[in-house]
Formats: sequence, C-alpha cells, structure tokens
Amino acid sequence: MTDTFHLEFTVNGRLRVLDIAASHTLLDVLRDDIGLTGTKECCVVGECGACTVIVDGRSVNSCLMLAAEADGADVLTVEGLAPSGQLDALQQAFLDTGAAQCGFCIPGQLMSARALLQRTPHPTPEQINEALAGTLCRCAGYEQSRQAVLAAAEEVGS
Amino acid sequence: MKDQGVGARAQRIGGVGRVTGGQRYVADIPLADMLHAKLVTLDCAHARILSIDTSAAIALPGVHFVMTPDDLPKPMPRFGPEYQDRPVMADGETKYHGEAVAAVVADTKDIAEEAALLVKVEYEVLPAIHTLEEALAPGAELVQDPAIRRPGPHIASNILSEYRFGWGDVDAAAADADIVVENTYDWPSQTQFAIEPHGFIAAPDGDGIAVWSSIQHPYQLQKTVAKVLGIPMAKVRVFAPDPGGGFGGKQHTKLEPLVAFMAVRAGQPVRLILTLEEAFQAVRSTGARMRVRTGIKADGTLVFQDFVNEFLVGCYGDTGDRVSAKGSFLSAGPYRTPAVRIVSRAVLSHTTPTHPMRGFGIPQVTWARESNLDEAAIAAGVDRLEIRLKNLVKYGEEHVPGDTPADGDWAQTVRKAAEEIGWGTPVPPGRGRGIAIGLKSGPTTGLSYSTVRFLADCSAIVFSGTSDMGQGARTIYAQIVAEELGIPLDSVSVVMGDTAVVPYDQQTSASRSSVLMGNAVLNACRDIQRKLKARMADMEGIEEAAISVDRGVMRLPGGEEALPAVLKKVLGRMGGEIVGNGEARKDALPEHPLGGTALFFEFNCTAIEAEVDEETGETDILRHVTVGDVGLALNPIQVTGQDEGAAVMGVGLSLMEHLIWGDDGRTRNLGAIDYRIPTSLDLPRELHSFSVENGDGPGPYGVKGISEGSLLCTAPAVAAAVRDATGAVIRDLPLSPERVWRALQERP
Repeated sequence: MTDTFHLEFTVNGRLRVLDIAASHTLLDVLRDDIGLTGTKECCVVGECGACTVIVDGRSVNSCLMLAAEADGADVLTVEGLAPSGQLDALQQAFLDTGAAQCGFCIPGQLMSARALLQRTPHPTPEQINEALAGTLCRCAGYEQSRQAVLAAAEEVGS
Repeated sequence: MKDQGVGARAQRIGGVGRVTGGQRYVADIPLADMLHAKLVTLDCAHARILSIDTSAAIALPGVHFVMTPDDLPKPMPRFGPEYQDRPVMADGETKYHGEAVAAVVADTKDIAEEAALLVKVEYEVLPAIHTLEEALAPGAELVQDPAIRRPGPHIASNILSEYRFGWGDVDAAAADADIVVENTYDWPSQTQFAIEPHGFIAAPDGDGIAVWSSIQHPYQLQKTVAKVLGIPMAKVRVFAPDPGGGFGGKQHTKLEPLVAFMAVRAGQPVRLILTLEEAFQAVRSTGARMRVRTGIKADGTLVFQDFVNEFLVGCYGDTGDRVSAKGSFLSAGPYRTPAVRIVSRAVLSHTTPTHPMRGFGIPQVTWARESNLDEAAIAAGVDRLEIRLKNLVKYGEEHVPGDTPADGDWAQTVRKAAEEIGWGTPVPPGRGRGIAIGLKSGPTTGLSYSTVRFLADCSAIVFSGTSDMGQGARTIYAQIVAEELGIPLDSVSVVMGDTAVVPYDQQTSASRSSVLMGNAVLNACRDIQRKLKARMADMEGIEEAAISVDRGVMRLPGGEEALPAVLKKVLGRMGGEIVGNGEARKDALPEHPLGGTALFFEFNCTAIEAEVDEETGETDILRHVTVGDVGLALNPIQVTGQDEGAAVMGVGLSLMEHLIWGDDGRTRNLGAIDYRIPTSLDLPRELHSFSVENGDGPGPYGVKGISEGSLLCTAPAVAAAVRDATGAVIRDLPLSPERVWRALQERP
C-alpha cells in the first residue's frame, strides 16, 4: 500500500491541508492534488526548469522536491503572481517584449526571474542569463526574456 | 506607435494565459472519470515478440486492462501521413527503441506506471540497422516487409524512395570548370525537443469519439482516427489546445489511435502524457549525408553543382520521403547554375520515426552546399561574399527552371548581413567570419478556410484551424480583422483547435499560416465587406458599384463611414451578425516534381563572427547577424521572436545537438541531461535580427512566411567562421568542442 503523508503548507497565500502519497513530489501535488496546472512538467530530472516554483523565497525545481519536504513551507507558483488579476511588472514585461511564445516554459522563467529580483533587484544582463539558465526555452532566443527582466527590474526599482 | 492593425507591435492574443498559468495545454485538461495510460516498451531497438503475459499487471488493484495487439482489429490497423505503414502498436516485432508493445490503463498514473513494469514480455533481440552504411549494404535485412510497401523499384531494399532532379549536363559542364571541389558532409539526427512533451486524451463522445492532442495538424488527425476506428469523420472531434512548441515534431498522428482504442474499450476518458524520454522516442529529425561536387570558373562563376543526398529516416515512411524530396529539390540554392544534378534518397532504419524539424530537410542540404561553395571559393582565391553575390539570381530570375522565380531582392538581404558583420573590414586577431545563404520553398500546396463573425456590438470572432504553437498566429489574424473591419484589436477573439466548430485547415507547417490562413481570414473579412456593401446599396437605393470599402472604411457617394457604424445601420433593430467566409488555396501541379511550385521562398543570410578556444575546442559566437526577407512584418515583435528563436535553435543544432545510437540501436542520450539544447548561457554574445520588407509576398499586405529562415544556414556560417579563425575544416556536425579540438590537431 502507498504510504501517505499529512501535508500542511501555504500555496499562494492559501493554507492547504491534505493527505498525499508520501512518494509524490511537490510538482505532483501542485498539479494533480491541488489542480494548479500553471507549473509545468517536462524533464522531471531538474534540467528543464519548467516546474520552477518559489519555496520560502528560494526558486526550486518542484519535480526534485518531495511534497513532504514542503510541509510548513510557503510556496509561490505562477498562479500567485497576479492574485487580484492585475499582472505584476514581470508578467507585463514578458508580454511587452514578446518573450512568451508557446508559453510552456514561461511559468518557470517567471518564477526564476522573480526569485532573482527578490535577491538582486537590479541585476546585470549576465546575472539574468545566469538566473534563467535553469529554464529551457525552445521557441525564443532568451533575448526577449532578458529584456523583460531588465524592464521589470527598472519598473520595480523606480 | 501603432498598437493594432498591420505592422503593429501588438501584444500576443493569448499572452495573458501564458504568463498567469491559465493557458491549458493537453496535460492540464481535467476530465471527470479520466483513466491513465502507460506504455510498455522494451529496452532494445529491434526485437521479435514471443509472448506478452499481462496477468500480474491486471491483478494489481486499480488496473482496468492491459491493451495488447490481440485486443486490436486484425489485420493491425496502420496509418501515416504518406505511407499507411505505422501500426497502432508493435505488431509481433518492435522496429525501434521505445515502440509500444502494450499499454496499461489504470485509475491513477502511479498504478499505471507500476503495472507497466509487471507486464512480462518475452522477446528475442534482433540486429538493428541504425546507419546509412548498414541500411544500404548489399544483402542488408529489410527494415520493412515488402508486403506493406508501396510498389516501386526499391521495394526489395531499404531505400524508401529516390528522386533525381536537375537540369543541364553536369558531365559535359565539368570540362568547363577551372576548379572542382568534392566532399562529404554529415548532419546528425536530432530531436525537436518541444518543452511540452506530447500529450493525448481520448473520450467517448455520444456515438463518436473526442480526441485531445498537442498536434500541429488536427484535421489530418481527425481523418486518421476516423479511418482507423472505421467511423465517419463527422463522429471524430479533435480538440487541439495550443501546443507547447512543435517545430515539426507534432505534425502528425502518433499514439492517438491507440489512446482512442483504449478509450472506446474503457468507455471513459483515457489519457497518455509522454515523459520527455518517451517524447524523444516518439519522433526525431532526419540525419543526412551529402556528397557534393561544385565546379566553378577561376573568377567564381558557378559551372555545375552535383549532389547525392541520403537521409536516414526511421522504420516507417512517415514524412521521410517528403523531407528528402523537398529538402533536396533546392540543393543548388538561389544561384544561377547552368548544370545541376541531384540524387536524393530516403533510407529506412530501425530507429525512431522521423518528422520534419524546422527547415524541412533544407538545413541539412544547405550545410553541405554552402560549406562546399566556401571550399571552392577558397580554392579559387575568390572572396566568400563575392562568390555568392556573383552567382545569386536577380529578382524574377529562375534558379530552378520551371519553379517559382526569385520573389525578392535577395542581394539586398545578403548585402545587409555583410554590412552588419563588417565583411571586408579587418578581423580582430584570433577571430574569424563566415557568411551563408539559406533558401527554402514555402508550401507547394495549401488549403485554408476561415469564418469571421462580425457581431452586433461590432466585436468579431475569427475561426481558424491553425495551431498556435508559439508563432503567434492568433495575433496575426486578429490584427488583420481589426484592420479590415475597423475595430479595436481587443474586441477580436480567435477560436482554434476544435474540428467540430472550426473549418478545415490543411496543416500548420512550412511557415504557411500568415500567408495561407492569413489570406483566408482576409477573404472572410472581404466577404463581410461585400455583404455590408450589398445591404447598404439596398437600403440607400444606390448602385453597389458606387460603394467601395478599404480597410475598415466604406466610401459612399455622400461620404465615408466607418464599418462599425455601417454594421449598426445594416443590422438595425433586429440585431444579429454578419458572417463572412474566406478560402485560400495553392493548387497542386501534378507534373511538378514536388507536386506544386513554391508559394513563396524563405530567404535568409546569416553572418557570424566567432573565436575558438584552442585549448578546449569551444566555439564562442561573438556576433550573429540574421537577415530575412519577410515581405512585411505584420507584427515586428513576433517576427523578431521567431527569427531570434530559430537562430538560437540553429546554434544548438550547429554546436551541441545530436542523437547517439548504440550498436544495438538503442538511443543512448534520451532526455534533457544527455541531450543538450541551448540555455541562456549558450547564446551568441550579440544576436542581431533584421528584416528586409519590400511588401512583395503573396500573403495579406505583402507578407511571406518567416519562421524557419534564420536556422537554414546557421551551421555553414558558424563552421566557416571557425575555419576562418583557426584553419580547421569540419564537415560533420555538431561542432562540439571535442570535434573542433580534434580538427585543430589535424590542421594542415
């Protein structure tokens, strides 16, 4: 029989209490148990970054973290960036520069960029490239994403 | 700055869902009572299946059934875009690593995965053909049973198809050449690597079936599912949510028929979402080996070009024939060459089925032609830019006799790229420059329909069967409608991805959609304009001929009126709407070797400045210039996004990417760890994308397709820069550090 785990954590500001399969990753629980499908599944080995979320302020690959490890944590997913329906500066900048093409990698890129701007409000282009290096994009050339992060940094900083 | 209509930097329609997580891809779609499927595969390429024991799997609580070939109709239903040779699942024999031999359907994903491991398959491993040499060796085992092959001269070999194109007499012309250079160039098999792995759902739907797929060509899927299940097309409803990237890898039907059979058997929805590793095993691009001989005069004038192109396709025909034919047809490029001979073969092997990848065989052939042309130029002491400009056809001149002549001022594009890379200016020490030209036919046939509904409040809904997989088709169509009906962009909605609601579109490929579907949308708007005109003429008691409409404005004898005001007047108190239908077609020409001439060409010139670390063999692209002849940029942000994206994909294909097969035919680098694509740390130091806009394309307002151009010739431009910097000559891709380092050691 599957071992279960009693999980209590906060996702996008909302307390979630649920019994989960102990073997399930944070990605499994976000997508399948809670139904927050904005976080994407691709490689499941921590290489593509499509599943990136922010756990207690740090960006993590949710496919590599057991959900049980998030017990008591504060998790932010792409759905939590615009809780009132008003896009935040980063989301708007991604739209303005055209960085989102097919869009599948964009939640991961946004969360990586968000974590970067939280610790480095005014990043250099090199720091942005470094921060986005964990999220693979196959549509765009990363240039529009980098411009978007720079633009959002200026907006937030001003 | 314009924010809507033609030429506007309009924000992507569907963009908000892409940045909020609201966009639903196939794997995000919730259906009540959905079951989960998992494929059973073997850890070898080619095997004879002796027995399948499902008892342990079925005994696991939560397992509904295990589907094996015994549960499918006899003979095994087969399908494919060109050849009806792909079985719904492996039929007594696996022909490639990862081919499904059975599939488990269970209550949860976990149970399905666990049960798949409990299915016991007895099998005998057979030798696997995975190289051109093995496939073409005398007496080689036949990958396909001749009984399922299309009759033809190659049925008793592994040659799927062979084409001979050309003009003039190459053998006679050879005597006139001052310099002849001959070499062989290799392009490895690669994978499309959309970040969204393929996903499929099927569910009983009344007396028919509904299928969800991350597919580029939903209408072909509808037809295939109907045929395989033996039901009318009208009973198959395909939902095609926007794919999370396609790049050719999602063009055609793969596992949808299997999932459909399982849903029918289950009587409830079944979903199969592939892992990335399974996606690598579902489809790949076509590797190729090209033997090229170029003859020139001492001044660089081309005398002849001679090609033998062999494409290693997978175990089923798939699109291998078409990629080989269409890729090779333009082997000689945009040049004025009096004699050209092209032999092109598609060769079957025990490897992953092949789909086109962005560029449709052209990048492979371009790699060989442009590299060989450089070698000829260097041998003759002719500048590498000059040899191209000297031989480039002029506007309206034929480069392939009988095909569409040059449809752009291509020298303008080449000169722009040369200028932006600083061609002819001193190269800093340790660096080198390369320049190359890519030319690709757009669609050779096409058929697209669109319906536009102009609603009572002057908003509009566009119905279009294009798959918006990132290229931004929705935005383009909305811009056309906003322009033609004179309404704000944000009052236009675009409906796609439902074959029961949206009229037919042939396919989303060949950078066709802005031109073909764009024209269909434009014609639907014109249909609305005609209806408004007729109604106004009636109401005002004037001749229709006295009324004209241009881009959202109606001109009447008494003055101008905006179309929204006209609509209100025409609809009156009854309300309702005006519905317009539009069609765009590019008819087939049966006598043409490709079945049709090019609707337009994608023409690109790429120039590279690079340096190489002599210790490690690493190539550093310092400046990457891409210039495309786009006709007109309907949305410049999207044009730049597509062009930069294709350029960076081209860098990946040139420097990093290749599938590796073991001697047993197993794919050894499945997944993101072992198959690298460019990250934000692998980019050119500077990437500059430019468009030439002369408004001379066949699409709305003069647009051409643009989505493949900048990767057509990346590889030869990069390799040329490496040779210019170091003297190392490399004819195999990718230009991995190891390969470059070895070439450096072997320098003359």
